[in-house]
Amino acid sequence: MSVIVFTVIVLLGSYFAGLLGSLTGLGGGFIVIPLLTLVLHVNIHYAIGASLVSVIATSSGAAAAYVKEGITNIRIGMFLEIATTAGAFTGAILAIYIPAQYIAVLFGGILLVSAAMSFRQLAERTVNQQSYLASKLKLGGSYPVNHEVVEYGVTNVVGGFATMILAGVISGLLGIGSGALKVIAMDGVMRIPFKVSTTTSNFMIGVTAAASAVVYLQRGYIHPAIAMPVVIGVLLGALSGSKILVRAESSGWLRKIFAIVITLIAIQMIYNGIAGKI
Amino acid sequence: MASREKSKKHIPRDTDAGTKTPGSFKDKDMQAVIGWILRIGVFVSTAFVITGGIIFLFNHGHSQIDFVSFNKVPDFIGHISGVMDGVIHLKGQAIIQFGIVLLIATPVLRVVFAGIGFLIEKDYLYTFISILVLLIILTSMISGHAG
Repeated sequence: MSVIVFTVIVLLGSYFAGLLGSLTGLGGGFIVIPLLTLVLHVNIHYAIGASLVSVIATSSGAAAAYVKEGITNIRIGMFLEIATTAGAFTGAILAIYIPAQYIAVLFGGILLVSAAMSFRQLAERTVNQQSYLASKLKLGGSYPVNHEVVEYGVTNVVGGFATMILAGVISGLLGIGSGALKVIAMDGVMRIPFKVSTTTSNFMIGVTAAASAVVYLQRGYIHPAIAMPVVIGVLLGALSGSKILVRAESSGWLRKIFAIVITLIAIQMIYNGIAGKI
Repeated sequence: MASREKSKKHIPRDTDAGTKTPGSFKDKDMQAVIGWILRIGVFVSTAFVITGGIIFLFNHGHSQIDFVSFNKVPDFIGHISGVMDGVIHLKGQAIIQFGIVLLIATPVLRVVFAGIGFLIEKDYLYTFISILVLLIILTSMISGHAG
């Protein structure tokens, strides 16, 4: 295959990865990795490197728009980044001792349950009461919906923090962005509105992935000929996605996309775990 | 980098126009600054990736590629000094790689500037939280254990 053909195929695939990634708060790596490995027969090491770069590109590209619109909650993001970065660090150390396929199967199982749950709760809900710890940490906030400002409170900070540590550990173990678990921690556990959860997850993913990417860069996993179309495609997709999300009136259909995406990742993880591919 | 510093000082001044309290740097200003850093970081790094990509495609567009086996990256972009040298000599892959390095640095810079923002807001709890996050990232990078 010539360099130009390869570049065009990866560019188009990455555009859709970026679009879906920014709409759901996930990294987009779940499309980039299968495209590179299964369709284009790229070595898994290069695919992981490119996927990580795509995760950072989606995160920063989309987060720039969300932060400006005032949807992202910077304090929640910063506070929970303690958990995700510490978790990722722990996970990367654990990765030396634990066979990854067990984790993958378990993780896939957790995802399937969450996907089923997000299909049932289709209404955007906000909590008015705030827990003691949440108000101490000033986690509550507001976000704009159709020129109106919706106030929300945050509950179960400890539960959310613990889930974020788990998200970080999984991310360190498997080299993924763990966006799905981040959204679950905020939306499901801490009762943060879905739109705020997905955008704040997007905002956080870049930081966790950046620390990993430095190591992958040193290991020679990040090849410029692959990363180039991935970064450009994913960024254009993420920018389109963020425009759609900012204008979206209801997040009901977003939840459906999220649930479908989560189910696909879960099946992929379980399959790879059982097949011993992870 | 210098232009980032400059704009950062401009934003609180603009919002001070209405209220005269010194240090009235608010969350809204921080959102603007952080959004701006992410935007500039992504824009600059993409500009390098696209420029490098055009040079690379121009020189190697019709050559065959094969990524089936893992051979690490070409030697000249395997370390930062090689990348810098390649950028000066307008080597496509080195310019792409330099853009990637800037892209990876963007979220870390974002944490640094959030920390500075919280400091200006006199929100010392969140200044501490930002420093803590930065320290964890640095430890992870230096120890080479990052996920």
